[in-house]
Amino acid sequence: MEGLKMADTELMVYIHPSKCGNEFSAVCRELSSLLFQYDETLDGVLLAFDFTMKSKGAKVLAGLNPYFGVKVESKLLLFNPKPNSRVEGKIVKISPESVHVIVLGFSAAIITDVDIREEFKYTMRNGEGCFVSTSHKRHVLKVGTMLRLQVQSFDEEVMHIAGSLLPVDTGCVKWLEKQSEEALRSVDLEDHKRRKIT
Amino acid sequence: MHSTGKGISASRSTPNWLKTTALELDVFQSKKYYIDAELRDTACVSDIREALASAKSEDTHKYTELVQILNPQNKSHVDVVAQQETLLKFLSRSVAFLDAAHHEELLIRILGMKIWDHPPNVVYALLELIISLATTRGKYLNCCLEMLIFNLLSQPHILNKKMREAPSWVHSALHKISYLVPPAPSQILYILVKRMPNIYNKGHGLVTYVDASLKLENSSIGKVVGDRILRVIMLRLLDLDVEIERDDIPQDDSTLGLFDMELEVACPVQSLNQNYSKVSELLDKLMVLSFEHLESCQNAGRLDEVFEILFDLFENLILTTCKPKFPQFLLFYACSLDPEDCGVKFASKLLDIFLSSNKDRVTRTNAVDYLASYLSRGKFLHASFVASILKRLVDECADYCRTYNVGASSGHLVFYSGCQAIMYVLCFRMRSILDVPRFQLLLTPLESVLSHKLNPLKECNPYVVSEFLKQAKAGGLFFVSEAFIFGDLPESETSRAFGGFFSFYPCLFKISNSFISPNFIYWSMVKRTHDEDEAFAEVIVYGDTDNDEDYDDDPVLDNDVKRMSITPKQSFMRDTWRLSKMPSRIRPSTSPSQSLLFKCFRNMCFEFSS
Repeated sequence: MEGLKMADTELMVYIHPSKCGNEFSAVCRELSSLLFQYDETLDGVLLAFDFTMKSKGAKVLAGLNPYFGVKVESKLLLFNPKPNSRVEGKIVKISPESVHVIVLGFSAAIITDVDIREEFKYTMRNGEGCFVSTSHKRHVLKVGTMLRLQVQSFDEEVMHIAGSLLPVDTGCVKWLEKQSEEALRSVDLEDHKRRKIT
Repeated sequence: MHSTGKGISASRSTPNWLKTTALELDVFQSKKYYIDAELRDTACVSDIREALASAKSEDTHKYTELVQILNPQNKSHVDVVAQQETLLKFLSRSVAFLDAAHHEELLIRILGMKIWDHPPNVVYALLELIISLATTRGKYLNCCLEMLIFNLLSQPHILNKKMREAPSWVHSALHKISYLVPPAPSQILYILVKRMPNIYNKGHGLVTYVDASLKLENSSIGKVVGDRILRVIMLRLLDLDVEIERDDIPQDDSTLGLFDMELEVACPVQSLNQNYSKVSELLDKLMVLSFEHLESCQNAGRLDEVFEILFDLFENLILTTCKPKFPQFLLFYACSLDPEDCGVKFASKLLDIFLSSNKDRVTRTNAVDYLASYLSRGKFLHASFVASILKRLVDECADYCRTYNVGASSGHLVFYSGCQAIMYVLCFRMRSILDVPRFQLLLTPLESVLSHKLNPLKECNPYVVSEFLKQAKAGGLFFVSEAFIFGDLPESETSRAFGGFFSFYPCLFKISNSFISPNFIYWSMVKRTHDEDEAFAEVIVYGDTDNDEDYDDDPVLDNDVKRMSITPKQSFMRDTWRLSKMPSRIRPSTSPSQSLLFKCFRNMCFEFSS
């Protein structure tokens, strides 16, 4: 899945004097307050972090609020899907006009009917709506399916992805992987035949 | 375009979806032929999209017609209602085509609709549209949530029959949006906090707000932001609590003892001040809502989860506030609903705070104050549990006596508050503790603690000490010197610092009191060890120890009527009369070393003679 990156960062975390003696939990708390929010400086949504205190000493910030700054080296997991990248998520709702997907459990993605390729037609199966491919009957998109979609835009404020199923490499992840495996196998078979002939 | 009685007359400018609607009405009524619903819907959707697209072109009349349908002036006409419903239904399938730049007026009309002004079918279609808009277009999420919450909070006081389910539809819409858009609950909380009625608003608005917020707490949204919703509500309860004063409690009447005051005080809280009665009424309603919420949490199987949140709020807000009168009853009620789990946890956590040397002394003294009041008042608490907690308090005080620092800068406030707590609980529970010898054994170090040179009997609240000593002597808890009894005990500075036990003081409001009183021990219900008539002064009856029937089943609701004396109850009278007929008459021993042995001997004599 694209859009995820690991960043090694050096941070200066300013802590309230009352937390002196318990800096580790104070830094944890500060970094936790950034979780699942888009940060411009970090250029992404912070999903997870791991850190170590770099130095034993700390510098007290001059001014009215005597916070002290602690240097921290951290590994940050960031999410920032760029346009035209591919992300994967689980389908939670299907209607004739839209497919709703949740990516990584926190980001909502939506694919409207104009962004679903002609190949897929909406139909009812077992009382539930789903999109079935007209060229490959086994390629079905229904509630619970893991879907690979192309990112058109990402609204950082509400972490909303506008997606598209127009490219051919988008669709049900399971089905796509099966197809690529079969394609690889048929390529190997071709190579083997060619070698045999020669 | 104009409407007739039955349908809409077709005109050149009438869009297909409107003509189709009229046809559908005719079809439904005549039931003559079948319409391909899917084809019809698809055609309608494409018409709507075309009308929306027309807003970007020069000829905007189709778009203008759409906007006119949602004109607030037209709401009552039957045809218009049908049109509105259809428009909203098909708009929800075209939200991707809505554009804030070109469709501003339409969006303003949609988001400005008040659900209470429309019939249920229109409301239903509107909510579907809002859900669709919020979940499809990220930038409209906030305004859709604002619209839903605004409607929820502006719910009329009285709803007509058709609209009674409407609040639950709005809640359902919020849940659906939260399910499809995971960050939505945080936004909902932000909007809720922003829309809280201000502190000067004492009207029904706050009741509606708290009711709606508590319903959200007990839902999937509450799983994410429930603790913060409860915090906001608790803060408001505390704000209102501060505005209520105990006008009828004579603060400086030194002739009335602490326990007599409880019998004297009129309850529920009354006040001559008009403003206070408004606040009292409001706070009463909010407390009732909170109690009902706890009941529904219990039914949903999540009372222990809510209790943890409530206790955190209690520790951060109530414990540190100077003597609030009512919000702590939320915890009392939660404990009464689940005595085995929450009831035990509450006492244990308070005890942990008291025993924790990391906490400051004010927090520790407040915690033991609440603990004492809780153990005394909780009817649902078994004597064995109370005894086990008392044992730990006694052991802690005994440890302190052994290891204390004479010149401690903080004084010995924590120690004295511990002693006072033990004595206070024993004022209420002396009889049930003495009835079981092993309970009394647990409190053996108490005698040495109270007679220590730190002199807690002098430093603690004189009324509590006096009552405790009376009962201890009558019950034979341990040897009590005559010098301590009935003396004119002056209030020391230390005892004045405690302020008295008003933590779970029985001073609730009319309606909320009915939730608490079945589980609350009032002072007038307590059978004290010296509660005997002259003729039976020398007989102590050993009844059941953990039996709740010992206490009066009839809770005291109106203290004006129940200004009771301390004469024993009828069942007790019958027992004592029967036993007094026996040949042997036994006098209580005042010898300390023989006190336990003496009791065993006395037990045996009763069994022998009966």
